Amino acid sequence: MVNPPNLTTMPLPLFLILSMALLVVGVYAIATARRPNGSRRVYRLALAISAIALVLALTHLLTAPAPATLTLPLGLPWLGAHFRLDALSAFFLIVVNLGGAVASLFALGYGQHERAPKRVLPFYPAFLAGMNLVLLADDAFTFLFAWEFMSLTSWGLVMAHHQESANARAGYLYLVMACFGTLALLLAFGVMAGPNGGYDFAAIRTREMTAGWAAVALFLVLLGTGSKAGLVPLHVWLPLAHPAAPSHVSALMSGVMTKVAVYGFIRIVFDLLGEPLAWWWGGLVLALGGITAVLGVLYALMQHDLKRLLAYHTVENIGIIFIGLGLALAFQANHMYASAALALTAALFHILNHSLFKSLLFLGTGAVLTATGERDMERLGGLIHPMPWTALAFLIGAAAISALPPLNGFASEWLTFQAILLTPELPQWLLKFLAPAVGALLALSAALAAACFVKAFGITFLGRPRSPAAAQAQETDRYSLVAMFTLAALCLLAGILPGLVVDSLSPVVGLINGGAQLATQHTQPWLTLAPIIDAKSAYNGWLVLLFMALSGTMAAFLIHRFASNAVRRGPAWDCGFPDASPATQYTAGSFAQPIRRVFGSVVFQARERVTMPPPGDGRPAKWEVQLRDPVWDYGYAPITTAVIAASTRANHLQYLTIRRYLSLVFGALVFLLLGMALWR
Amino acid sequence: MALIMDYLVQGAQMLLVLLLAPLLTGWVRTLKAQMLRRRGPSLLQPYRDLFKLLRKEVVLADSASWLFRIAPYLIFAAIWVAAALVPTFAGGLMFSWTADLIAIVALLGTARFFLALAGLDVGTSFGGIGSSREMMIASLAEPAMLMMVFTLSLLAGATELTTVAHFMLTADVGLRVSLALALLALLMVAIAENARIPVDNPATHLELTMVHEAMVLEYSGRHLALIELAASLKLLLYVSLIGCIFAPWGMATAGAGLTVYGVGVVAYLGKLALGGLLLALFETSIAKMRVFRVDQFLGVALMLGLLGALLLFVSRSL
Repeated sequence: MVNPPNLTTMPLPLFLILSMALLVVGVYAIATARRPNGSRRVYRLALAISAIALVLALTHLLTAPAPATLTLPLGLPWLGAHFRLDALSAFFLIVVNLGGAVASLFALGYGQHERAPKRVLPFYPAFLAGMNLVLLADDAFTFLFAWEFMSLTSWGLVMAHHQESANARAGYLYLVMACFGTLALLLAFGVMAGPNGGYDFAAIRTREMTAGWAAVALFLVLLGTGSKAGLVPLHVWLPLAHPAAPSHVSALMSGVMTKVAVYGFIRIVFDLLGEPLAWWWGGLVLALGGITAVLGVLYALMQHDLKRLLAYHTVENIGIIFIGLGLALAFQANHMYASAALALTAALFHILNHSLFKSLLFLGTGAVLTATGERDMERLGGLIHPMPWTALAFLIGAAAISALPPLNGFASEWLTFQAILLTPELPQWLLKFLAPAVGALLALSAALAAACFVKAFGITFLGRPRSPAAAQAQETDRYSLVAMFTLAALCLLAGILPGLVVDSLSPVVGLINGGAQLATQHTQPWLTLAPIIDAKSAYNGWLVLLFMALSGTMAAFLIHRFASNAVRRGPAWDCGFPDASPATQYTAGSFAQPIRRVFGSVVFQARERVTMPPPGDGRPAKWEVQLRDPVWDYGYAPITTAVIAASTRANHLQYLTIRRYLSLVFGALVFLLLGMALWR
Repeated sequence: MALIMDYLVQGAQMLLVLLLAPLLTGWVRTLKAQMLRRRGPSLLQPYRDLFKLLRKEVVLADSASWLFRIAPYLIFAAIWVAAALVPTFAGGLMFSWTADLIAIVALLGTARFFLALAGLDVGTSFGGIGSSREMMIASLAEPAMLMMVFTLSLLAGATELTTVAHFMLTADVGLRVSLALALLALLMVAIAENARIPVDNPATHLELTMVHEAMVLEYSGRHLALIELAASLKLLLYVSLIGCIFAPWGMATAGAGLTVYGVGVVAYLGKLALGGLLLALFETSIAKMRVFRVDQFLGVALMLGLLGALLLFVSRSL
């Protein structure tokens, strides 16, 4: 059954061996976790394996050979385990293993502070292996097995600090949502495989489906992958579960695992379902993406827990990615493959970018957590003084995620905007109305993201320390710094040379877009990014950086040389009324107050209440903000109530006599047999 | 030779915007003063202020960090590059394709991001109030601006400014409702982004309503000079932008002779003077609004921009 490995299929077995090696490291970690140097050993191994896989995936994407397949006699006896390596999985393997390598490097330092290493170390490599295997799977059984393995190992990591009740609740919610998502995917594969059960992907690809069944499959896939990626309204578990894990795992879950979910969506919808596409698919995904982007960033703005803010912000970026994918679906349905190539490139580029800066920001939060033991922004502040390097890395990540040129977040959002500008060519009226509205939502979410990260960076790192812990912080260790600056450098590189990234994405786009790709970018003069034609719209990241650097340093040089370079330190001016207490600074809550008033009063029914005791009363004045989560109130709360009501009703079934149980069993049997008889 | 000429013209554009920016600020101030029947300062007063500030020492707050010290240079660089990329007297310059209109808007966003951070850096209540309100205003102004960009690029088929200006000059544009809506949205955004009345008051101090001035309260000396210069450049950028898109007459094309460039410069100066006059007139005739009215003001701008884009999306298929 095993194909003899030859040169063209060589990387695929290697990837499988590397995934197995990660699993072995996981088992080894059980034994070594208690030893003093155990965590270092495990993370070193994970780093080495991820780095090898990263290099292999990069080579595969850049050389772009034909897809390799492999069948192993594992899993279901009549099916076997199918694996496949093509450009799409190679791209996502880069995202996963880059994230894995950097997180492992960070953990070489950060992992030393872990209170419960034996709850983290065995799951960590297994989690990495699970993500790798999802990307390699080529049949429904292997895919779902790897998917569930990834979910369960990450659940183990979420529950690493299960003594805190909030974490236990997050873990429970995560488990419920993960089961729900896998169930939806299971049904989706059932629908796609059809009555004859052709569960390997090659069979699904060739199978003709009616439009109705394809739509059912699309809904199920949206539920299954959307719940893992954090698409509104399926995002509720994400901002609870991602922050509960140790920070390097949060980075992997937020930066990488959500991308594996997006991979699932792309693989199934663009590759397996393929034609025929209905145009409203694109509209549906587009609308969901737009709503997710704006709601995600609004939620994020209301948070004062740094990790939860980042997790909510992941929801926003997933929205941006789905806007790109929705546009691509709409274009493909109308056979506008050149435009679809642009939208797909934008989405894939943003996937890479988000994995870079979101991992960076979570790692930065981990460094802050190590230094202060705090992740509540209201108790931080002034960290730029004791931790200048962490602050610089976090600042680069914050600027990148706020889509500021010349960093990478801007390049991919710029491409998304360009793709939206092509939508007037679409023939459907609904899409015509939807596209500019989604464009406005995208612009709104980009502007709000900047506000969100001014708040995140400004309150955490700037100002004066708000607690003794923040005042006594110290710079983090070297491993962590190297990991963070690797990501920061990649953010800058991808931002100033977007054309090279777009070129290397071309084979991926071609694979899922009927062969149509963007024009080659690295041959453009001055390495400009010009996706359509030069006169239309162009952006040149490195020239913008060069001009900014030149004019900034020139100004600095001239002023210092010819005008003045004297500096005097003194107390803050503050309009003549400086207050010595750090409590007079703006806090995370007060920073978000204008935005909460403008947007939050509608979306979250935000209410502020001030309790001011009368003069002479010794009680402190109180100020409270009340926010309601519309998704929870209108979506989940009714379901929870219904489930509890139903289970209360069904509760008395537990206390029946044996006669009644027997008659119930008999009744059920008769019912089922009758059903069988009638259906036949 | 032509290549050297191209570089020279591009360099001249960069220097021109830098040198003209304080003059435009002075012009608006003088006009406003005269409309209020005051004599007002000389036209050149902003230059004198800048030179005075440049020569003074910097007083840094004890709690200021390195970010506070490099932010003025970053802000100045970002806004200068953005202002130099907007066509002024001539379009299609050597590097005009470096950044399209979306990128120029985003560059202003970069400057705003760092200015808001600088406001938070010292850890005072005024800095915080300025930063948080600035980001609230920006969260509505930026989407409104991008909607205006959408409208334009749907019409001109490009987001690159030279192409847009060329389109407005040559093609049979006619009077379009979408363009009027876009112009209105752009004007409202320009007022908000430049901290002008009725959104913010550039002359205010010691007032709880100030936004921009509150953010830069802790700056002094050369840092303050750079930030003031950047603010002037931003005002100039918006006037040039409105002129380039909605009144592109007289703009030279690249590679034209010196006389054409000369005409372009004169036309550009005329546009700046007119823009300053209109701004002064508008500011004198209106009162500042409460901070929490600004969201309605900018919400209107956003809706106008969206409406303009939607009308185009619909009308293109009719």
